[in-house]
Amino acid sequence: MNDMTWLDYLPVLAQGAWVTVQLTFWSTILGAVVAFGAGLGKLSRSRILRGVCISYIEVFRGTSLLVQLFWLYFALPIVGEAIGFNLRMPPVTAGIVALTLNIGAYGAEVVRGAVQAVTVQQYEAARALNFTPRQTLWRVALPQALPEMMPTFDNLAVQNLKDTALVSLITLGDLAMRAEQLRNYTQDSATIYSMALVMYFGMALVLTTLMRALGAMIGRWRPARR
Amino acid sequence: MLFGFEWDTTNGWTLAVSILPILLLGLWVTLKATVLGFAIAMVLGLVLAALKAAPSRLVSWPARAVSEFLRDTPLLIQLFFLYYVLPEFGLVLPAFLTGAIALGLQYSAYLSEVYRAGIEAVPRGQTEAAVALNLTPARRFSRIVVPQAIPRIVPAMGNYLVSIMKDVPVLSVVTVLEMLNVATIIGDRTFNYLVPLTMVGGLYLIMTLLAAQGVRLLDRALPKTGIPLK
Repeated sequence: MNDMTWLDYLPVLAQGAWVTVQLTFWSTILGAVVAFGAGLGKLSRSRILRGVCISYIEVFRGTSLLVQLFWLYFALPIVGEAIGFNLRMPPVTAGIVALTLNIGAYGAEVVRGAVQAVTVQQYEAARALNFTPRQTLWRVALPQALPEMMPTFDNLAVQNLKDTALVSLITLGDLAMRAEQLRNYTQDSATIYSMALVMYFGMALVLTTLMRALGAMIGRWRPARR
Repeated sequence: MLFGFEWDTTNGWTLAVSILPILLLGLWVTLKATVLGFAIAMVLGLVLAALKAAPSRLVSWPARAVSEFLRDTPLLIQLFFLYYVLPEFGLVLPAFLTGAIALGLQYSAYLSEVYRAGIEAVPRGQTEAAVALNLTPARRFSRIVVPQAIPRIVPAMGNYLVSIMKDVPVLSVVTVLEMLNVATIIGDRTFNYLVPLTMVGGLYLIMTLLAAQGVRLLDRALPKTGIPLK
């Protein structure tokens, strides 16, 4: 045993929390990009693009994140060897890629739903005004669809933050990993895991506040209610 | 060899065929954990929903805080907490049971919101009519509100059942031999991770597609007539 107290745990856990913050930041941003790509692709007129997007969404929503993470980290390099590419990723890359693709698939369904929920009259009006498809998307559909997506994106961002804990299982030094290392060293499980839980909760509250502020900013685009 | 089944490492296909029964045994554990976790979540979620709806703020506010906390913290950490801290208080549970409780706790927070939304969606006029007909509060709730809330909550609950199934692999960290854990053990011993992990992904895909279809059928089978939905 040793005489470490909770104050001594704090710097170690904070170091891990910083990694968690970075992971959440990058995978949420990249996940949003993927979500828009795949969500709009699912509505595309091209059958091939639609097929690709639907398969991607179904595979990543239909399997477990941990399975995806292990597959990318342990199995993909074997596929790479077979086809002559080096697909071995360092844990950080594998973690961010898995989180991005996972949250992107969930987000894609949100994007698709919100864009489809824009009333058909809006599209008809855009056509009557001779808008190009690109203008219709950027000037008519997305500004009205975005405010509707924000509450669900808020939930998905928190979901993503929680999911980052799983990357500790491929040896990434995030908050979950640091907590486990401290526990192995001190055996003081109750204190360490309580602190980790509170830190995750605090990060989730900050993230929710940020997402709400972003939602309020984007909410100004919401059309006036009839 | 695992669970008495030998594997055949001649090539990828023979390996796939020979480890299928082992993975299916893992899948069985996954399904058991899913069902037990869901059952715990259903009961605890109901308790949480009732507490959150309590008239006294002294009760409803802490319940809401607990629910937020359970929902906003990672399952992995909650699981480690239960797994390492409960024994310190003399409560030593098998890993499988600890895992199911962790799943149940996390999802009770989600399900309590489903219950609340379902009950609030029943039009006020229904309760008022029941009061006018002089039904007791118990009958009002069990005969008027609940039957109309059920068709609204079943699809959402089905989706959470699928979510729980996808979260079960997390239990592998506390030595539960569910499907992913079995697959990584096979990978460790055969030096081939590609085949077992891909098969786990495929089996998951089959299970979630089947479950989604089941939820759709159930949703269609539930009575809609006589219940004003919107």
